[in-house]
Amino acid sequence: MLLAPALLVVVVLLVLPLLWLAWQSVRQDGGFTLAHYERFLTDPVYWMTFLQTFRIAAIVTAMTVLLGYPVAYVAAGLSQRWSIVVLTMVLLPFWTSVLVRAYAWLILLQRNGIINSALTGSGLIDAPLKLVNNEFGTVMATIHILLPFMVLPLYATMKKIPGELTMAGASLGGSPLHVFLRVFLPLSLPGMIAGMVLVFVLTLGFYITPELLGGGRTYMVSMLVSRNIEVYNEWGAASSISVVLMVCVFLIFRLVSLLIPFERIMGTR
Amino acid sequence: MIDQQERARVGVSIRQATKSYGPFRALDDVSLDVAQGEFVSILGPSGSGKTTLLGILGGFVQPSAGSIWLGNRDITFEPPHKREIGIVFQNYALFPHMSVGENITFPLRARRLPKATWPDRLASALEMVELTGYENRKIHELSGGQRQRVALARAMIFEPGLILMDEPLSALDKQLRENMQIELKRLHKRLGSTIIYVTHDQREALTMSDRVAIMNRGKLVQVDTPERLHDHPANTFVARFIGEATLLPVQRESDSVVRLGQQALKTAHPMPAGSNLHLVVHSEKLVVADGSEPEASNRLSGTVTDTLYQGESIRVFVKLDDGGEMSFRLPSNHAGRALMKSPGEAITLALHPEDTVIVPEAG
Ligand SMILES: Nc1ncnc2c1ncn2[C@@H]1O[C@H](COP(=O)(O)OP(=O)(O)O)[C@@H](O)[C@H]1O
Ligand SMILES: [Mg+2]
Repeated sequence: MLLAPALLVVVVLLVLPLLWLAWQSVRQDGGFTLAHYERFLTDPVYWMTFLQTFRIAAIVTAMTVLLGYPVAYVAAGLSQRWSIVVLTMVLLPFWTSVLVRAYAWLILLQRNGIINSALTGSGLIDAPLKLVNNEFGTVMATIHILLPFMVLPLYATMKKIPGELTMAGASLGGSPLHVFLRVFLPLSLPGMIAGMVLVFVLTLGFYITPELLGGGRTYMVSMLVSRNIEVYNEWGAASSISVVLMVCVFLIFRLVSLLIPFERIMGTR
Repeated sequence: MIDQQERARVGVSIRQATKSYGPFRALDDVSLDVAQGEFVSILGPSGSGKTTLLGILGGFVQPSAGSIWLGNRDITFEPPHKREIGIVFQNYALFPHMSVGENITFPLRARRLPKATWPDRLASALEMVELTGYENRKIHELSGGQRQRVALARAMIFEPGLILMDEPLSALDKQLRENMQIELKRLHKRLGSTIIYVTHDQREALTMSDRVAIMNRGKLVQVDTPERLHDHPANTFVARFIGEATLLPVQRESDSVVRLGQQALKTAHPMPAGSNLHLVVHSEKLVVADGSEPEASNRLSGTVTDTLYQGESIRVFVKLDDGGEMSFRLPSNHAGRALMKSPGEAITLALHPEDTVIVPEAG
């Protein structure tokens, strides 16, 4: 009974819009149609956009693991006081909006931006590097924005690994690398997978970074949706894209939860 | 892995080890030599530095001063994984993502020993701790006692000359703990490894060890055989920590006599230095003075305040005429009952000079 208000919110704000979305995607001129879904098979723009989106999501996920793991590892090994300092620094970007951060990257990366000026000024390169208005710029900014979603679950999982386990590994003759690979890494895996799922799924729906930093060459699913509405006023097509993306996300969750129980990913066990 | 010859020599020498955390000394100038094959317990209250001492031996804590020797090898600056010391941690520290067999063969894998040699060693390690057939079990499927034995097998499979145990039985219930104590002793006899065993349970320390090292506030107070610790504690701290003793303040009279109130007491043992002395009375050393006790015995007179029937014995509480209270035991048989007094009655107790132990106040 206590759940009733929460249930009401979920139904009104989440389930009903989704049902409406699904309804939209199979309607045209007042009748039923699968035309919007057929486009996924016939229109190369559609599946290439999906391909590029998934590729960017994979790159961003891999990079956030590579960048986030050491940060979480260091933070988990520090004393309470210093780990709070590190985590605060990780979370600091949350204090500004995604839009502001995307523009900040534009200023850093553009042709006559800070990085290119510094590099040409110091004579390291002759011509400015092409850092933005392409996939590189998009990926860069997305990594920056999503890094905390990798660091936090990793940190939480690592904090729960008893220090005695690595001590035991060492006492039994395991070199630091051996103990890391055989003991610490496997035990931190649930946090890593949680972070990977979060980052991957969030990247799939990213809009601002490809729009601002992609320079029209980086075309992601969210942009396909917005073009269909803003340019073509095609609500049915836009809805069908959203539905397909949602099904993809659902399948990812399902797949991961088959591999690792959901409670373990969320750190409740 | 260390060679047979070196293993035969493995004794441990802790030389003037100190560990400071800022101004606080968790370990204060500790020296301890443990012979090859010896079973030594470190006994002390919580916070006395036991785990710190084990940490220094294992290589997880770097001493602020002093050195650690394993046989003739100075290991003070050796990293833990090169020390060849088996450690059983307080909470076993088993790897939860590995099976029993994977846990136990971890040391073999870490040393890159040929996989063909593993099955035999695993089988004999499992047999040693009576877990044959358990190699594919998950750790969370095991009971506390079984986990304990997996930890033991894992720490022993690489045949370390020295095994450290940090309160390995403290998480087990009483019955299991006593069984494991016997099993550990048996294993120690069979393997002949040197064992340093940390506990805060004085009974466990006394029953299992060749020698017991008593720690207090980062210092070693006394290192002795269980018998000597019980009968000849070095000071009031040890006397209070070991056994069921009553301590009464006494004054020095001469080199062999002290005074308890008006009563002079002879001791057959060397008188400790210092002026702040205490008489240590264990209840089992007192007998009722009925004329049959040796002539030389010290006598203590008082009044019975209470009696407590405890099955095999009767505990009698006595208030001494010269101040102080103590208790002694009478066997709950016919002879014992014949000597029984009721509360309020006067009684005289005899204490042999050999049993008259005088200790200085702990510094
Ligand atoms: N890393 C540390 N920093 C500061 N003090 C410590 C640290 N480790 C242990 N201590 C202190 O050293 C003392 C001895 O600790 P420990 O060796 O764990 O005692 P025991 O195992 O006998 O209970 C304790 O007072 C403890 O608070
Ligand atoms: Mg301890």
